[in-house]
Amino acid sequence: MDEHLDMQTGIKDAIPTMLGYIGIGLAFGIVSKAAGLDPFTVFLLSTFVYAGSAQFIIVGLLSSLSPTLSIVLATLLVNSRLLLLSMTVAPYFKQDSMVKNILIGTLLTDETFSLGMNKVNYSNDQLTFGWYNTANILSYLSWITFSVLGAVVGEYIGDPNAFGLDFAMVGMFIGLLYLRFISDNKTPRSLQLLVISFTFLLVYVGLIFIPSNLLILVVTLLGCTFGVVIKHAFF
Amino acid sequence: MPSSEYLIYTIVGASIVTWLLRVLPFIFLKKLTLPQSVAEFLSFVPLVIMAAFWFSSLFTQEVGSLPTVNWENVLASTPTVVSAVLSKNLLVIVITGVISLALIRFLT
Repeated sequence: MDEHLDMQTGIKDAIPTMLGYIGIGLAFGIVSKAAGLDPFTVFLLSTFVYAGSAQFIIVGLLSSLSPTLSIVLATLLVNSRLLLLSMTVAPYFKQDSMVKNILIGTLLTDETFSLGMNKVNYSNDQLTFGWYNTANILSYLSWITFSVLGAVVGEYIGDPNAFGLDFAMVGMFIGLLYLRFISDNKTPRSLQLLVISFTFLLVYVGLIFIPSNLLILVVTLLGCTFGVVIKHAFF
Repeated sequence: MPSSEYLIYTIVGASIVTWLLRVLPFIFLKKLTLPQSVAEFLSFVPLVIMAAFWFSSLFTQEVGSLPTVNWENVLASTPTVVSAVLSKNLLVIVITGVISLALIRFLT
């Protein structure tokens, strides 16, 4: 990753996310097909909901014919972490027009959020609409393409996980976590290590009784609180 | 196959709540500025959320009892972390991870 914020760099920086969406997208399409949804419904879900984990939950609930209201509430709950992501990114686009702000927000995901928040460590704490929107759109197209492809040809390609593609997303988070760790000059490394260690503990304990769909949200809220408290107490 | 009316209402509802969660902060923060305390809280979000996604992949959940270790992902994480330290290149890191997990699955 470098300091450039033009559209061409946006294309280059989006490649890992696009790769990551191949595995999960295919998996989502295949699961949806198996649950009885047609490729067009998969297309609608990926285009308009565009949130991996929530889409898996929606398909599960649809196949058990859960009431619409409870599916919408489950989506609200699982996706409420997006509120935190958007609040973190929005200040970078304060000077841009409302339309551009809405576009960036509309296509924000866990992955493009992490990408953008790494970029700022290389770009002197700046983001541009051209760079972010390019990375967002390419990631979005990759997600739609591969989830629909999974629903159309899923049964012929067998298990996409045999090629280790399901690890692309984890690999991306490992890479972004490490890159942030070495490039974030605003947070002392010892504080970062403490927060990361506490997050590990939270995840382990949380897995015992928090449904995995809500785990990330709960862990993020508690982990950030821990970070603030420790920062004020010791740094 | 569920009825198309039911599918459409559900997809529309889920899309609207997701979109609002994504867009409302952008609309409000265009005019307002976050209080320092909230901004400080949010500054930890990237670190915590990325770590949380990684760590949760290292275990398999069984609600009500201790999580079990997902050895495939733990093993694949090791060369991935090494490649991160050596290359500092996201694409190299992702590809190393994918190949590592594919090899682990192939060999076991």
